[in-house]
Amino acid sequence: MRKDIVTSLIAVVLLTVVLGVAYPLVVTGISQVAFPHAADGSRIERDGKLVGSRIIGQDFRKPVLDRAGKAKLDADGNPVLVADSRWFQSRPSSTSYNAAGTAFSNAGPNQKDTRDAIAANAVAYLALERPFNPGLIRGDIPADAVQTSASSVDPHISIRNARIQAPRVARVRGIALPRVRALIEDNTDDRSLGILGQPGVNVLELNLAIASEATR
Amino acid sequence: MNLAAWIQFALFIAVLIAITPLLGGYMARVYQGEPVLLGRVLGPVERLTYRVLRTDADRGQDWKGYARSVLVFSLASWLALYLILRLQGSLPLNPQGYGAGPWNLSFSTASSFVTNTNWQYYAGETTLSYFVQMAGLAVQNFVSAAVGMAVAVALIRGIASRSGRELGNFWADLVRTTLYILLPISIVAALFLVSQGTLQTLSHYVTLKTLAGSDQTLALGPVASQEAIKELGTNGGGFFNVNSAMPFENPSGLTTFVEMVLLLCIPAALTATFGRMVGSRRQGWAIFTAMLVMLVAGVTVVSLAESGSTPAQHLAHIAGANLEGKDVRFGTGASALWATITTVTSCGAVNASMESLSGLGATIPMSNMMTGEVIFGGVGSGLYSMLLFVLLAVFLAGLMVGRTPEYLGKKIGAREVKLVAIGLLTTPMIVLVSAALAVATKAGRASQFASGPQGFSEHLYAYTSQANNNGSAFAGYTGFVQPNAPGNAGATGVTFADLLGGGVMLVARFLPMLAVLAAAGALASKRVSPAGPGTMRTDTPTFVILLIGAILLVALLTFVPALLLGPVVQSLTDRLF
Repeated sequence: MRKDIVTSLIAVVLLTVVLGVAYPLVVTGISQVAFPHAADGSRIERDGKLVGSRIIGQDFRKPVLDRAGKAKLDADGNPVLVADSRWFQSRPSSTSYNAAGTAFSNAGPNQKDTRDAIAANAVAYLALERPFNPGLIRGDIPADAVQTSASSVDPHISIRNARIQAPRVARVRGIALPRVRALIEDNTDDRSLGILGQPGVNVLELNLAIASEATR
Repeated sequence: MNLAAWIQFALFIAVLIAITPLLGGYMARVYQGEPVLLGRVLGPVERLTYRVLRTDADRGQDWKGYARSVLVFSLASWLALYLILRLQGSLPLNPQGYGAGPWNLSFSTASSFVTNTNWQYYAGETTLSYFVQMAGLAVQNFVSAAVGMAVAVALIRGIASRSGRELGNFWADLVRTTLYILLPISIVAALFLVSQGTLQTLSHYVTLKTLAGSDQTLALGPVASQEAIKELGTNGGGFFNVNSAMPFENPSGLTTFVEMVLLLCIPAALTATFGRMVGSRRQGWAIFTAMLVMLVAGVTVVSLAESGSTPAQHLAHIAGANLEGKDVRFGTGASALWATITTVTSCGAVNASMESLSGLGATIPMSNMMTGEVIFGGVGSGLYSMLLFVLLAVFLAGLMVGRTPEYLGKKIGAREVKLVAIGLLTTPMIVLVSAALAVATKAGRASQFASGPQGFSEHLYAYTSQANNNGSAFAGYTGFVQPNAPGNAGATGVTFADLLGGGVMLVARFLPMLAVLAAAGALASKRVSPAGPGTMRTDTPTFVILLIGAILLVALLTFVPALLLGPVVQSLTDRLF
């Protein structure tokens, strides 16, 4: 028994040093030399300023202002946000794209709250897109556009979702619609190796491309 | 689900079948002390380790000695992790300045990681320093996995033993598992993940202005090194709160595929290790086949369930798949595959929200855990639990034909059957009692998030997952209150959930483990009787069917009533709650 205790204590210390310190530091060292861009979070810079990570989604809504020009707050003290029509909109997120405090929505399949949240997202989506897509109805809305992502920072939207948003962005930004569609295609991440996962449009990269070509 | 998703599923199964004999053969050589390629480099390191540990690795232990080493080492691990969690504020590599974890939450977390469960009431990026993640949690990811594998190998030695009572040496098994199997694969896997976009840095979180003009902070950290062992050791504790759904853990379709292979490769390969060590590879493949059949059935059901709409979605007039709690790059295919794989193994890492699965889609993961994690199962624990079911199936067959049951030449007597019963029934009993306690008490219901059958499912899922050392969750269920103050001032654990859950994880891990080691000891001392014409073969399709039947019988009889009240109700109705 005493022998087991001594060996256990030495083993815990030794294994902590090897597996808990040496192993992650060696992996960090090699990664920082071999893949510095990826290891640091696939950052995108514009004009020397950090604008985001390629693989972390962003919120493209803007705060609602009251008459005094101040941001309106909701019951929890968070700013009330509304879609900014100049940008392609990301998916609904349970944390407004907080990349330092991710969370699931935990919305259950048979919960009234889930139905209400989806319905509210659908109303907002139609209000934003129908003026530019005459005849768009609820049944046409892609599921990803009204259901909350897993990561709460999903960098992608479905291709169909992007194509529905294209006429709005084209009109508001003064870019020809075929050009916007081409940009969607350019910024689509295909399935890995052609079969793994699902294709998606990288919203941040698409919006960066839109911003660089926008006339207004 | 589309064609590409089915091809992805088929490809995954093919990769798994290909890896099993290769990795399984390698592990058999490691455990039998035969020369391996890495031995030239690692041999001196291994011998030096034994000297530092002051242990004689060649000295065999009987089952009691082996069990004592397992328990004392696990206790020391628990104490070390609990201390690290409680002293976080005074330890280095804490760029966000997080304070110590509350005592009750730390009890839950320490118990969770030492038992290979990785149930998480905390959220990684908002509560833990880089040091705690690396030197506390990731260390346990390695060693709790190694302990499970060591016990499985001890059981194999007991079954294969031709004479004597010795099951091997725990310290040698611990060191060899870590040095020759877990560490080399983790290093390669971590570097691959980084190359694909998984983080690996020690710098501070960074804050930026988004295109739309608001602030966004990117949480960073040494993620890949932890991600690799988290999957490989079927641990499952995410660096981030949303686990492998976070793009910084799991950036693409390719990484999610690789991570799924990592988390299933050792449990699958151990069947081949078993086959080699008992001298008949067919015995290993028979067990593998039973596991694979149940896995394929599960993935198929979840995939079909998730490609349909949920009642909530349907009543909001939105068509298409259930994408609530799923990221676009995975879609329903890779999310359904992952949800099944993570619950057949005792991994518990998730790339989608389990709580947002459809009723039927959630029934399968819960049922997977309720088999006792034997469909591949956790590293080591999956195989040793499955071998208990094998002994049970042999015993049932023996009863039916009126012959003394025997497995691989060893007669199965009353003592072995009793130990099998203890090993197999402890966990289900703990699940039902603790879930009932949680549902029935006010203190238990404080953890509940949703109403109606979903709320019941949360309790059932929580205690099924913790007792089976899985660790995935209906994540609305809470054991931690976090007011988001700087340095986590004022954060407290939910005492009932933390203590009951922590206790459940510990008892349900170590009690069956003791039964397994005792059974191994009993089997080791038995003489081998040669197979005759009347011996029931255990490497045939008939036996595979019998084995699956035994598993389903035990799991169904125990859990169907509970399942009916939760996810099954939800899958049968369009009503909202």
